[in-house]
Amino acid sequence: MSGPQDLLKTPLHALHLELGARMVPFAGYDMPVQYPAGIVREHKHTRASAGLFDVSHMGQAWLVGPGFEAVAAALEKLVPGDMLGLEKGRQRYTQLTNETGGIIDDLMVTRPADHDDRLFLVVNAARKDVDYDWISRHLPEGVRLEPWEERALIALQGPRAEAVMARHCPGAEKMGFMDASAGDVAGIPARFSRSGYTGEDGYEISVAARDAERLAKTLLAEPEVEPIGLGARDTLRLEAGLCLYGHDIDETTSPVEAALVWSIGKRRREEGGFMGSGRILRELAEGVSRKRTGIAPQGRAPAREGVKVLNEAGEEVGVITSGGFGPTAGGPVAMGYVKPPFNRKDTPLKLLVRGREMPARAASAVFVPHNYKR
Amino acid sequence: MARVYYTKEHEWIAVDGDTATVGITAHAAEQLGDIVYVETPAEGASVEKGAEAGVVESVKAASDVYAPASGEVTETNTALEGEPGKVNESPQGEGWFYRLKLSDPSELEDLMDEAAYKDFLKSEG
Repeated sequence: MSGPQDLLKTPLHALHLELGARMVPFAGYDMPVQYPAGIVREHKHTRASAGLFDVSHMGQAWLVGPGFEAVAAALEKLVPGDMLGLEKGRQRYTQLTNETGGIIDDLMVTRPADHDDRLFLVVNAARKDVDYDWISRHLPEGVRLEPWEERALIALQGPRAEAVMARHCPGAEKMGFMDASAGDVAGIPARFSRSGYTGEDGYEISVAARDAERLAKTLLAEPEVEPIGLGARDTLRLEAGLCLYGHDIDETTSPVEAALVWSIGKRRREEGGFMGSGRILRELAEGVSRKRTGIAPQGRAPAREGVKVLNEAGEEVGVITSGGFGPTAGGPVAMGYVKPPFNRKDTPLKLLVRGREMPARAASAVFVPHNYKR
Repeated sequence: MARVYYTKEHEWIAVDGDTATVGITAHAAEQLGDIVYVETPAEGASVEKGAEAGVVESVKAASDVYAPASGEVTETNTALEGEPGKVNESPQGEGWFYRLKLSDPSELEDLMDEAAYKDFLKSEG
C-alpha cells in the first residue's frame, strides 16, 4: 500500500491546504479536488468570471536541437500534427502516437518566440515518464529532450481572465488563442500561452517553482479570481468536449477514432511519415469502426464511464468513456465511442445504467460552446 | 415525536409508530459534495434492511443507498427530481428520500442513536 506520504507535491501544495482544499491522489500527486465552495460553484465561477488552477503536476519539457527545423522534423516523426508549420510564438495541440496508431499521450507544443533551437512541450502528469522515455528513444542524433524540473504551471481560465492577466502583464490582452509569449507576469519571469482546457478563454502560465505561490496569491487577490480544483476541471473539460487521457483516449484509440482529425496537418495527411501513419491514413480514407461522439442522456441520471450504449434495436453499439453532470449544461453530459452510423448527431440511443435502459441521443461533444479568443 | 436512528452506511431513519422517513446524513451529503441526482425505490416497492434501495449521485460519483429497515415504500420525495441539491442544503429535512411502512420495527434495535452515530463518525476519523 502507498500512503499519502508517498505522493508528490506541487509547489502550490501548502497554498491548497491553506485555502481549505480537499486533497486527493491524482497521477501520483496530492492534488486539490475541490475547495470549500465545491465543484458546482467552482465550475460556474470559471464560466462566469475567472478560475485559477494548479496544473503543475503536468510535465514541462524542452525539445532542443541544432535549429527549429531539425527539432520540428524530429517531433513530426512522433506526432501527426504539423510541427514544421508552427510559427514563432504559436502553440499547437497534437498527440504522440505509437507504431499502431494508438495515442501514447496528447500534448501541447509551443514554438517559442525567443528561441530558435527548441520546442516547448506540456504533457499529461500520468504519462510524463512514458512520454519522456518514448520521445528520447526515438530522437535523431543532435536532438534531445530536456525535462524542465522545478517548474509550476498555473492556468487562469474564464471570461475575466484577460482583464486580470492584462493588469499584471500589459499586452497579454492582445494575444490570440494559442499564442505564446515570454515575459514578466506580476514581476515574475514566466512563459505563458493563451490556452487552457476548460473551453473558456484564458492563459497557462509557467513559472519557476519558487515563484509559484507568489504568483498564485497575486492572482487570487484579484476580485474576479477563485481557486478551482480538479473536480471542476473535469466537468469543465467534459462539457467542452475535450478528451481526458486514459479515459477518452489511450494506446488503442487512434486520433481518427477520437475525432481529433482537425489536429492532423493537411501536409501530414498527404505525406504520412509519422508513428502509426499507416493505420491513421487508412482510417482517414476508409473510415473507422468506432468514433468518439457526444452523448446526451435524455433524463436526469448521469451516465458515467463504462456505461454501454445501445441502438434503438437494443444492440450494443458503443460505450461511454467520460460522463457525469454538467453544471453549465444543467444536466447529464457524456462522451464515448459509438459505431458509425449510430454516432450521427441526434441518432436515438439507449444507455444501460444500473441494468435499466435510459434514452439518449448522439450529440456534439461540445455541450457548452467554446469561448476562445480567436 | 419521531425517534431518529442512524446506520454505519450514513443513512438516517426517523420513526413514528410503524411509519418511517429515510434519507442520508449531513456527514454523507458533505462527503459526497454537490448532489445532482437521487433515485429512490418506487412507491409500493418493498425494501429489505441492508439491501440496496436507491442511488445518490454527486458531481464526482454514484453511491448506493441501503435500506435502514425493511418495509413498503409509501411515498417518495419527488421534489428531489428537480432539486437534488436539497439533499446538501437540508439532508435531514427537505432532502428526505422516501417514507416506509415498517414490516418489523424490531429491526431498529441494532441501529445507532444520534450520540452513538457521532461517536461512530469520530472513530471513522
